[in-house]
Amino acid sequence: MSGVMKRMGMIFRAKANKALDRAEDPRETLDYSYQKQLELLQKVRRGVADVATSRKRLELQLNQLQSQSSKLEDQGRKALALGREDLAREALSRRAALQQQVTDLEAQHRTLQGEEEKLTLASQRLQAKVDAFRTKKETIKATYTAAQAQTRIGEAFTGISEEMGDVGLAIQRAEDKTAQLQARAGAIDELLASGALDDPTGTAKDDIAAELDRISGGTDVELELQRMKAELAGGSSSQQAIEGGQNAAGTQQPQRDTPRFDKQ
Amino acid sequence: MIVRIMGEGQVKLADSHFTELNALDDELLAELERGDTPGFRRTLGALLDRVRELGTPLPDDSLEPSELILPSSDATLDQVRDLLTDDGLIPG
Repeated sequence: MSGVMKRMGMIFRAKANKALDRAEDPRETLDYSYQKQLELLQKVRRGVADVATSRKRLELQLNQLQSQSSKLEDQGRKALALGREDLAREALSRRAALQQQVTDLEAQHRTLQGEEEKLTLASQRLQAKVDAFRTKKETIKATYTAAQAQTRIGEAFTGISEEMGDVGLAIQRAEDKTAQLQARAGAIDELLASGALDDPTGTAKDDIAAELDRISGGTDVELELQRMKAELAGGSSSQQAIEGGQNAAGTQQPQRDTPRFDKQ
Repeated sequence: MIVRIMGEGQVKLADSHFTELNALDDELLAELERGDTPGFRRTLGALLDRVRELGTPLPDDSLEPSELILPSSDATLDQVRDLLTDDGLIPG
């Protein structure tokens, strides 16, 4: 096929691809970039924490060396007092070796402290930049959303939006369906509350059913009372009276039951 | 295959119909290139009528990309020629 149909189809597809490229959401790119900056900030902060930990460790080592050094000095003094110059010399030479280590560690400590200060400053600056970027990002996103709405209005008159419009319809349908479901849920709640619909869980009882239960319960009590009275009085005539009363109650019962059937 | 008639909607056509439709479509292209306005109007009308007759309209709520696209029945020869150029009537 090489006619108008095919050529128009190809041109439309090319245009649609361009439109889709344009539609690639820069807001997502901005959010991604912000995420990356936060990760970088996190790394710098972790770096600061690592350097601080190393500095602390060096300080502990320095304290240990210094206490060892003063211990050796005391030992040398004691050895001299006891006239053991050889021992005193040994203690002092060990102390000298320790002092060399202390000097080295002190130099390292200063370097680490400098590095820590630099990193802390960098972290603070980065934090400020990330905060500024976040504000800017939100502004850009808002502007983009407004621009996008304007573009859509413009594109509504072109052929591309005819094809793209199908997607819009799908969204509209989804929204309509949601609204419909919400309305239905609301209506069902109302119907259940009014008693027009039966609650399948059977937990709720409407006022008519409750009244009927109360009436039929009352009748049972009356019958029971009559039966007891008859037993006390004794004799077949009263038994008949009771049976008559039962019959009377029996004839009344369906009349009272009728609305219950109607209701159900 | 799904065909869109611009301004009307989409129809679904069986592949078996394309031999017949292709003949009309080629004729339409030839008339377009020659600038034969009466011929173009006649052939476009015939082509659209056949597509409508043979095709099944897709419901408005279907979501299918069109594989082929046809100009609307009131499109002029110049408009269709513009549609087929690089920039066309559609900005993009």
